[in-house]
Amino acid sequence: MKGDKAMPLKLYAEENKVVACLMGEIDHHGAGRLREEIDGMLERMRPDTLILDFREVTFMDSSGIGLVMGRYRLIRQWNGAVEIHNPAPSIKKVMRLAGLDRIASIHASPPAKGGSTEKTEAQV
Amino acid sequence: MKVCNEMKLSFPSRSANEAFARTAVSAFAAALDPTIEELADLKTAVSEAVTNAIVHAYQEQIGMVYIHAKILENSRIVIRIRDKGCGIADVKQAMEPLYTTCTTGERSGLGFAVMEAFMDKVKVRSQVGRGTTVTLEKTILSKGAE
Ligand SMILES: Nc1ncnc2c1ncn2[C@@H]1O[C@H](COP(=O)(O)OP(=O)(O)OP(=O)(O)O)[C@@H](O)[C@H]1O
Ligand SMILES: [Mg+2]
Repeated sequence: MKGDKAMPLKLYAEENKVVACLMGEIDHHGAGRLREEIDGMLERMRPDTLILDFREVTFMDSSGIGLVMGRYRLIRQWNGAVEIHNPAPSIKKVMRLAGLDRIASIHASPPAKGGSTEKTEAQV
Repeated sequence: MKVCNEMKLSFPSRSANEAFARTAVSAFAAALDPTIEELADLKTAVSEAVTNAIVHAYQEQIGMVYIHAKILENSRIVIRIRDKGCGIADVKQAMEPLYTTCTTGERSGLGFAVMEAFMDKVKVRSQVGRGTTVTLEKTILSKGAE
């Protein structure tokens, strides 16, 4: 039953960042594979920042909270930071409840592309 | 209170059924004309209870999860999610935010907190070795009433 669908994740490294574009519904069923993929990349690249882009995420429950917190704990081992980009209102509601806004900054626009170091994202 | 509509579902505790269960309940609730936010709240709360049955109640085993949803008068929806798994020894402690028995670090212990925040009422009955019943209730204000 598992493994026959494409991974709902686009993952790439850019400068000192790893960007993970998550897609679809994040629940316990899918979280394990997402975790493995993201952690593999994090451990290889040891980036300063992990950007989790939620633009294409339509649902998330506490398994998604666990996913974010677990990656935060990993990247803290080398003093990295987590940024959350573009969560829909319903997803932001779950994040706020869990206090994710205290461990990661939440941004409203897409991650900076093409070598721009300027920080233009608005806090939401 | 008068029951206007009801439905029952039962399915094995495979994680692929998490999406099925919350989608089925939200389709059932659609008759109440909920707002997008109300529907998201409902889906999330159901997902929490069903995931708990799959992850905690049955753990490595496969058992059945039972859902009984009712729409009452005054646009109230009542959803009962039941398992015949390991049960919870101390329900009060289990419902405390951040409390988890998971040791992998991948669970935050916020499932019950999410249910309580997103529903009007959450009731848990459990017996060790026999199983757990979570009852979720919410009055849907509905789009038309806004
Ligand atoms: N149906 C159940 N059967 C047995 N134990 C349960 C059940 N539901 C919850 N529990 C127990 O209650 C604890 C708290 O549940 P809760 O959903 O709040 O957090 P969690 O599942 O551990 O983490 P999260 O939901 O944030 O991923 C669980 O760790 C588990 O020990
Ligand atoms: Mg839970």
